[in-house]
Amino acid sequence: MPEIRVTPLGAGQDVGRSCILVSIAGKNVMLDCGMHMGFSDDRRFPDFSYITRSGRLTDFLDCVIISHFHLDHCGALPYFSEMVGYDGPIYMTQPTQAICPILLEDYRKIAVDKKGEANFFTSQMIKDCMKKVVAVHLHQTVQVDDELEIKAYYAGHVLGAAMFQIKVGSESVVYTGDYNMTPDRHLGAAWIDKCRPNLLITESTYATTIRDSKRCRERDFLKKVHETVERGGKVLIPVFALGRAQELCILLETFWERMDLKAPIYFSTGLTEKANHYYKLFIPWTNQKIRKTFVQRNMFEFKHVKAFDRAFADSPGPMVVFATPGMLHAGQSLQIFRKWAGNEKNMVIMPGYCVQGTVGHKILSGQRKLEMEGRQVLEVKMQVEYMSFSAHADAKGIMQLVGQAEPENVLLVHGEAKKMEFLKQKIEQEFRVSCYMPANGETVTLPTSPSIPVGISLGLLKRELAQGLLPDSKKPRLLHGTLIMKDSNFRLVSSEQALKELGLAEHQLRFTCRVHLHDTRKEQETAVRVYSHLKSVLKDHCVQHLPDGSVTVESILIQAAAHSEDPGTKVLLVSWTYQDEELGSYLTSLLKKGLPQAS
Amino acid sequence: MAAHLKKRVYEEFTKVVQQQQEEIATKKLRLTKPSKSAALHIDLCKATSPADALQYLLQFARKPVEAESVEGVVRILLEHYYKENDPSVRLKIASLLGLLSKTAGFSPDCIMDDAINILQNEKSHQVLAQLLDTLLAIGTKLPDNQAIQMRLVDVACKHLTDTSHGVRNKCLQLLGNLGSLEKSVTKDAEGLAVRDVQKIIGDYFSDQDPRVRTAAIKAMLQLHERGLKLYQTIYTQACKLLSDDYEQVRSAAVQLIWVVSQLYPESIVPIPSSNEEIRLVDDAFGKICHMVSDSSWVVRVQASKLLGSMEQVSSHFLEQTLDKKLMSDLRRKRTAHERAKELYTSGEFSSGRKWGDDAPKEEVDTGAVNLIESGACGAFVHGLEDEMYEVRIAAVEALCMLAQSSPSFAEKCLDFLVDMFNDEIEEVRLQSIHTMRKISNNITLREDQLDTVLAVLEDSSRDIREALHELLCCTNVSTKEGIHLALVELLKNLTKYPTDRDSIWKCLKFLGSRHPTLVLPLVPELLSTHPFFDTAEPDMDDPAYIAVLVLIFNAAKTCPTMPALFSDHTFRHYAYLRDSLSHLVPALRLPGRKLVSSALSPNIMPHEDPSHQFLQQSLERVYSLQHLDPQGTQELLEFTIRDLQRLGELQSELAGVADFSATYLRCQLLLIKALQEKLWNVAAPLYLKQSDLASAAAKQIMEETYKMEFMYSGVENKQVVIIHHMRLQAKALQLIVTARTARGVDPLFGMCEKFLQEVDFFQRCFIADLPHLQDSFVDKLLDLMPRLMTSKPAEVVKILHTMLRQSTFLHLPLPEQIHKASATIIEPAGESDNPLRFTSGLVVALDVDATLEHVQDPQSTVKVQVSYPDGQAQMIHPKPADFRNPGPGRHRLITQVYLSHTAWTEPCQVEVRLLLAYNSSSRIPKSPWIEGGEMSSQVETSIEGTIPFSKSVKVYIMPKPARR
Repeated sequence: MPEIRVTPLGAGQDVGRSCILVSIAGKNVMLDCGMHMGFSDDRRFPDFSYITRSGRLTDFLDCVIISHFHLDHCGALPYFSEMVGYDGPIYMTQPTQAICPILLEDYRKIAVDKKGEANFFTSQMIKDCMKKVVAVHLHQTVQVDDELEIKAYYAGHVLGAAMFQIKVGSESVVYTGDYNMTPDRHLGAAWIDKCRPNLLITESTYATTIRDSKRCRERDFLKKVHETVERGGKVLIPVFALGRAQELCILLETFWERMDLKAPIYFSTGLTEKANHYYKLFIPWTNQKIRKTFVQRNMFEFKHVKAFDRAFADSPGPMVVFATPGMLHAGQSLQIFRKWAGNEKNMVIMPGYCVQGTVGHKILSGQRKLEMEGRQVLEVKMQVEYMSFSAHADAKGIMQLVGQAEPENVLLVHGEAKKMEFLKQKIEQEFRVSCYMPANGETVTLPTSPSIPVGISLGLLKRELAQGLLPDSKKPRLLHGTLIMKDSNFRLVSSEQALKELGLAEHQLRFTCRVHLHDTRKEQETAVRVYSHLKSVLKDHCVQHLPDGSVTVESILIQAAAHSEDPGTKVLLVSWTYQDEELGSYLTSLLKKGLPQAS
Repeated sequence: MAAHLKKRVYEEFTKVVQQQQEEIATKKLRLTKPSKSAALHIDLCKATSPADALQYLLQFARKPVEAESVEGVVRILLEHYYKENDPSVRLKIASLLGLLSKTAGFSPDCIMDDAINILQNEKSHQVLAQLLDTLLAIGTKLPDNQAIQMRLVDVACKHLTDTSHGVRNKCLQLLGNLGSLEKSVTKDAEGLAVRDVQKIIGDYFSDQDPRVRTAAIKAMLQLHERGLKLYQTIYTQACKLLSDDYEQVRSAAVQLIWVVSQLYPESIVPIPSSNEEIRLVDDAFGKICHMVSDSSWVVRVQASKLLGSMEQVSSHFLEQTLDKKLMSDLRRKRTAHERAKELYTSGEFSSGRKWGDDAPKEEVDTGAVNLIESGACGAFVHGLEDEMYEVRIAAVEALCMLAQSSPSFAEKCLDFLVDMFNDEIEEVRLQSIHTMRKISNNITLREDQLDTVLAVLEDSSRDIREALHELLCCTNVSTKEGIHLALVELLKNLTKYPTDRDSIWKCLKFLGSRHPTLVLPLVPELLSTHPFFDTAEPDMDDPAYIAVLVLIFNAAKTCPTMPALFSDHTFRHYAYLRDSLSHLVPALRLPGRKLVSSALSPNIMPHEDPSHQFLQQSLERVYSLQHLDPQGTQELLEFTIRDLQRLGELQSELAGVADFSATYLRCQLLLIKALQEKLWNVAAPLYLKQSDLASAAAKQIMEETYKMEFMYSGVENKQVVIIHHMRLQAKALQLIVTARTARGVDPLFGMCEKFLQEVDFFQRCFIADLPHLQDSFVDKLLDLMPRLMTSKPAEVVKILHTMLRQSTFLHLPLPEQIHKASATIIEPAGESDNPLRFTSGLVVALDVDATLEHVQDPQSTVKVQVSYPDGQAQMIHPKPADFRNPGPGRHRLITQVYLSHTAWTEPCQVEVRLLLAYNSSSRIPKSPWIEGGEMSSQVETSIEGTIPFSKSVKVYIMPKPARR
């Protein structure tokens, strides 16, 4: 029995270090290769020993697919390919290929240079790893080998995020990665066609949430920034370098443009500038508005957003500053925050979630006096706002995607177990498909019934069509033909053709049957009686009385002979080929009932 | 001797005339052209290969075929068809047959038999499809012939089982277009059983080819359009198609569901998987709402559009579309809109300061949450945040239509519309502002909503700002703070964009007159008056101060206690503004002052209106006079014209009619005056100079008639005839005058010829109206036409003269609605003393902003003229995108005009004005016969010209010499 096996090494009932193994029709594919942000020991990377027990990675895996450039989806890649050792192809979209090394390098720097970790991958390893990457375009079908093919679909979420369809023969699996069903200011909505895969592996970060319209959030955000700037205050927006930052930049940029505002907007430099460069290049991956207008003006060539310099923080007058990192725990954003916190005209907007213990979390929970290093106490007088801009699909979005793809089974990853439970129940209830949510290391096995394509010869098909009306999908139709199996392909041809192809002579198979009739008359008369009887009963068939005294119904021959012993009994010899079995047996049963008495 | 010579000249001339006339006659005889069918036949016989034949056919198809030779051509084509082996040629012939059978005046029933015949023997699927198309053309040409229709339907049914999707498509199309409307058709038609077309088409809803499925649905829709009532059973069939794999099928299915829901809104359908039943329209609404989140944007647009027209849907379902049933971690959450509302009602002002402000509240029962099949749930929320702006616009439009029919829904959708003001695409923003304006009668803005609305006032797009001003004109504000906020924001807008001045003043005018009681408590603050101290008098020319005064004065109109709060200078300013900006400042009842003007009561219907009666009477008086002595006639005409003009000035709604009639009377007056001239009584050669008056009159009448024809909207055919008649008279006058004055006969001869052609043309164009013109100039003229054609110019002139004098005065019927086109240039205002300096040889852009009223099709007719002091004049054609259409009959032209000139020593003024271009051939009704097209274009060279229709504005410019 063919089957699909799925084993999450990471992201099973968990968020972080996404890594899912899929075996489909004898092919093994690894989906994503991420790290976990919550750990700094061995647990931060997926447990590849699960695979290496049975040999080298390259022997076991046919390919690796990376859905997008977030570190929890690609962070373990250099470790996996260079340190554990994998030489097969790695597939990702072009924007991911471009931006991924920047983030990996940044991650390495923090881990090695700041935290002083040893035994970590090096810059060279990142470069070597990226050499194994094969770029895919949207909707391009890539043949990994003769049987395995993959295809990317647009997923929203971040620039270059993609969902992947993995297909072997007629069996297929769709992996969504992270996706967003509502478009934002720079990306469109995820989209997939009705590909009806055997299995859909979907993220479920917001399995129990239905979100409000994004317009309210945007309007609120703009209003707050605008009011502060008009008052002459400064606005600090701590962000992570990639993803939401670009969306907020576009939002502010267009608003500035529209309202003709003059206050400067700054973006703290660093890796952002490099990333922005790629955003400018990958216009086809953005949303309708940006794609349509980029000929006149590339939206990522910001007119109002400029690079930030440390000295600007002290300059007077209103301004808006985007600074990293997003949780206000270190670096530039914290420096600026310190400078501005004392003035009640200023404002800080936290656009995302903050981990407990960070300054961001403290001020969001209402703390007004912060202890800084060196026993300083910082009094926060500036306004603190929280806005949630998230790029994951909510429960409704997930359901929408499941509805679009129409899978036979659904598997949930990248979410909390409790929330998945709810979504699982909903999916099973509303789509009537089975839904799974394996934990890390747990294997789900799905039996599949792959369809086997059979070629039919045109002649046979046309002949069949000519006989009956149009094919009706609901009713099975009987069709006579010969199935030829040759070199693992199947063909259905007419029997004549099959004989010709195989060089065989045709054998006739005939059934004969004797029917005893009580009739005292001569053979000829009996034959005539049989003829007239059959003629009256079988109106649709061609009944003939041949000159030699025999009767034919279509191709069935009936001969009457006198019984050798009993002259009062006549023997009817009925003979038919096996093709006419149905009619033949009907005729015999008819004749066995006897002839009607002649009047 | 001289007389004798003259006679000789004439004699010689007559010969030439006759020759020319003969030539014309031969021209007319040439109508019998060599038959097209013969030429085609020869061509096709010459063709050696299919490619050649195809070429000939293509060439042939480029020229039209006249109705009488169609049949011949068809025969030739059919003959060739039978012989042809190449399917592409047969295909072309089949398509030509279809084209030919559409020819006007040709009855295609004679070729139907042949077409059906060749259909039966055809093997190629493409040709079959084309032949069915031809049959469709034939069938639609003969809508009354039941038998033929039945036969065609029969043919279509027979070919429905064809294996090619193209053929099945065409068959379904044929069924949709020709399927019998009533079931009980006369059954005599060759014993053909009446087929149930709907059932047959319905069977193809499950065809294997998506194109055929689409065609089947389209055919069904076509049946509906033709008035056949669809069965309700189709609904369930159509619902299945909503989950089709192909977008065009889904898109068509959505339409079909909508149609059925409009046909049977009240019937009851069961909800699957439960025992409940709901109204069909509600069910359909839920289904279409579900399609708003379809994977194809084409379907999403279609679904969003159709939602707008489902007004019978119950309010319970309607309101669901705006509710997404938010939750977070399985706990019910309130939307930002709800929170804002709550904050507002609890009295708190600002929001969002607290972390966890949006924390979710009560737990949600997991079993009750329905994620997908929640029917209409949140459909508009999805539609409004769709990726494609086409979907968003469709959703906004749908919201608008639904909100107009349901006030409670209007109240609810307000928050969402306000949110759309922040959309990234300007078109969507504009559309949502317009939508809001349309539903603003039903709603009152809360303060926080107003706040968001007003924030858009800073938008740098002028269209958005002006749309917003229009919106503010008709919104209801609930509190005095709201009014104050609006005023403050508008003033901010004014300082930021001074060009918005007029629009803002107008906006404040309405804002004031709508909310007098809310303005009242604000007055002291706005005028900055102090109970004890006199404050400084504000600057009268400050636009912001004027804006405040406009608001206050308009509020004071219905609030008699307000003037008591005014200080002295306010009254002075009132008097000044009442004079200078009378359209913005209403008349107030001020203590101790007389009312400035006694307002006319505007409530009286125009027909009962005494002034309208007066207009009618004075016109009737004029028309009743026929043979008064000329002196009296002239005087009466003069008086009436004067009366009408004055009436037009006083009564704006009658201005169009009054002006129109006055112009006509003036033409008549001019004609009479010209004919009264003494010059007619004296021998021809003696009078040269005096004829100036008559020819000038003729010229002026011509001009006036063009004005009458093209400057008024609402002119009907009845009036056009009279106008053309008047013009014809003017031309006759011109001819006579030239005959009197011109030396030599050559020009006269040409003119004569031309005039006769024009008469001929007049007759052809207005043949239907000729009975109304009895006893008129043209009536008599046409009687004498045969004689005129053959007589000498001198004689013609003589006849014309007498006829002109005898002709009666035609009654001009007044059209229902008539408006004179007018334009006002708002900008440049022409007040500036600072010349616009620029380097000679380069260009300077001058912003022109004008409002146009009652101009039809301004994109093609309105032009800007710039005349330089040296007499040079430039005509500039503005881009079509420069015209906005803010309301019915109104247009706004915002454009840039480029000026350039060589260097001047002094700054000087150029004149800018708007012109209305016309083209005399545009208004003439289509001649009834096909062949006429070529002829008329030869005879009547269409006259193009322009009429100035705005006051000219002077702009001070100074091209400086270029510095080296």
